[in-house]
Amino acid sequence: METSQLIGLLGEGLVQTLYMTLVATFVSYVIGLPIGVSLIVTSSNGIKPVGWYNKIMGFIVNVVRSVPFLILMIALMPYIRKIIGTGIGTSATTAALIVAAAPFVARMVEQSLLEVDAGVIEAAQSMGASNMQIIRKVMLLEARPSLLNGAAVATITILGYSAMAGSIGGGGLGDIAIRYGLYRFQPAIMWITVIVLVILVQIMQEIGLKIAAKLDNRIN
Amino acid sequence: MSDTIISLQGVTKEFETKSGKVVALKDINLDIKAGDAYGIIGLSGAGKSTLVRTINLLETPTEGKVIFDGENLMSLKQSELNQKRHKISMIFQQFNLLMQRDAIGNVCFPLELAGVPKKEAEAKAMELLKVVDLEERAHSYPSQLSGGQKQRVAIARALASDPEVILCDEATSALDPKTTRAILALLKKINEERGITLVVITHEMDVIKQICKDVAIIESGEIVEKGDVQEIFAHPKTPAAKKLFFPDGQKELTGKTSTKSRLRLVFDGKDAHKPIISRMIMELKAPVNFLYADMDVVDGVQKGTMVICLSDDPEIAEKQRAFLIKEDVVFTELEVEGEVE
Ligand SMILES: Nc1ncnc2c1ncn2[C@@H]1O[C@H](COP(=O)(O)OP(=O)(O)O)[C@@H](O)[C@H]1O
Ligand SMILES: [Mg+2]
Repeated sequence: METSQLIGLLGEGLVQTLYMTLVATFVSYVIGLPIGVSLIVTSSNGIKPVGWYNKIMGFIVNVVRSVPFLILMIALMPYIRKIIGTGIGTSATTAALIVAAAPFVARMVEQSLLEVDAGVIEAAQSMGASNMQIIRKVMLLEARPSLLNGAAVATITILGYSAMAGSIGGGGLGDIAIRYGLYRFQPAIMWITVIVLVILVQIMQEIGLKIAAKLDNRIN
Repeated sequence: MSDTIISLQGVTKEFETKSGKVVALKDINLDIKAGDAYGIIGLSGAGKSTLVRTINLLETPTEGKVIFDGENLMSLKQSELNQKRHKISMIFQQFNLLMQRDAIGNVCFPLELAGVPKKEAEAKAMELLKVVDLEERAHSYPSQLSGGQKQRVAIARALASDPEVILCDEATSALDPKTTRAILALLKKINEERGITLVVITHEMDVIKQICKDVAIIESGEIVEKGDVQEIFAHPKTPAAKKLFFPDGQKELTGKTSTKSRLRLVFDGKDAHKPIISRMIMELKAPVNFLYADMDVVDGVQKGTMVICLSDDPEIAEKQRAFLIKEDVVFTELEVEGEVE
């Protein structure tokens, strides 16, 4: 394979991977963040305990989380095909990533919010803050550094999932690594994609930590 | 003038725990006058925090009524209660500041909750930071401030909503003695100059002595004694009060002087500046023995108790008593154990 061809191939894979990872992460947060918040708020020592909701939602989250990603993706394929018209490629993978990652994100968010000092929430209540104000102005802001760290971890995890999806025709760098490394036996290409993935993870990790530290006012 | 601002009526609070029911408050009846500095003192676990948290309904009583400004808070909807809470601020032992906001941001917080425009809120917050002497730290974050400074920010924040009452739950318990005095002086000033009612929860007598006008003593969830600080200080009735006011006890006052009359003198402030005892000694030319003294400055005046032993000559002892009565000194005869003669 020519170098230019290789670069083109990798470039396309990189774009697909980034697309799947970022879109899936974003949508997972759109779904997972409110779920994570609701789990904290409705827990028995939350600001609005709702036992049945907390139990049911906690159960659903756990069930989805305990299914390995590849199996989940294969199980979801027929449904995804029905909805978006195809069971393979970046769109299908992105859809599966969202289903797998949203519960994961919910738990990450829950963990971060758990770190918020109960005394501060109580202080806000004593000042007459509504529950919505407490969520928006106290919990999410006080947990911001931890939430951002969590987002970096989530993005990297989703990147890993997207690479796995390559093994079943999911597109992106993982797909390239499998196709060329395994089926066409071109280990060099496989290793190059692996290196690109490693660099991608490093960059995401660094960006995540940097932003989280920069936006943390506890340590200056 | 002395309207009741807070009234707890038959307040009982029970907690359901895994190990059974905990009765944290038992039939509490308490009236707090507007402008008062009301202390609630008791040992750890007595129910002080639970009590103060029922005043703004952070804790909902199992039974009883919480009346604020003539309104039963328990009959309000959550949104109405939130409005009322703007008028009842609270400060805490652990300060409970928002760690991700700077000092001025923390003071702005209650204003933001109330929907005050940002510019206006910041101007007011700056004024309040001046009141607590922290204007030059307006843009410091809590992690950059000392405990005393954090509590000052919390006090400024408490003032932001123009409250009628500030509840203080062990507000100085995490601070060193010097900072404690400064914070208490600030609270006292706020009470006196702005007429804001203070409810001061503490386990430390010194805090009560320094700023409170009235006090209630709470023990195992019950108010065992309450009233004017000076009055209770002068005439503690219950064992709980005596223990709090005279932690050293007076049991050590036994021994060789047992046949002599012993008096406990109470100085409630009026006369403490006059050297009564030394004048008595000079005028009657008879000595007295000092057995115990616990004098203190409460609310700016000298007060305390003193136990003295009168002359063993009954005639002189009688004169000494007459002198004390003439000088209006409050005293009680102490029983003398093991009297033989
Ligand atoms: N949320 C709660 N659940 C169960 N028991 C509680 C709770 N809050 C307080 N208590 C109990 O109520 C009693 C009084 O506690 P508290 O008001 O905190 O005392 P204090 O502030 O005087 O130290 C204690 O026995 C405590 O264990
Ligand atoms: Mg307490």
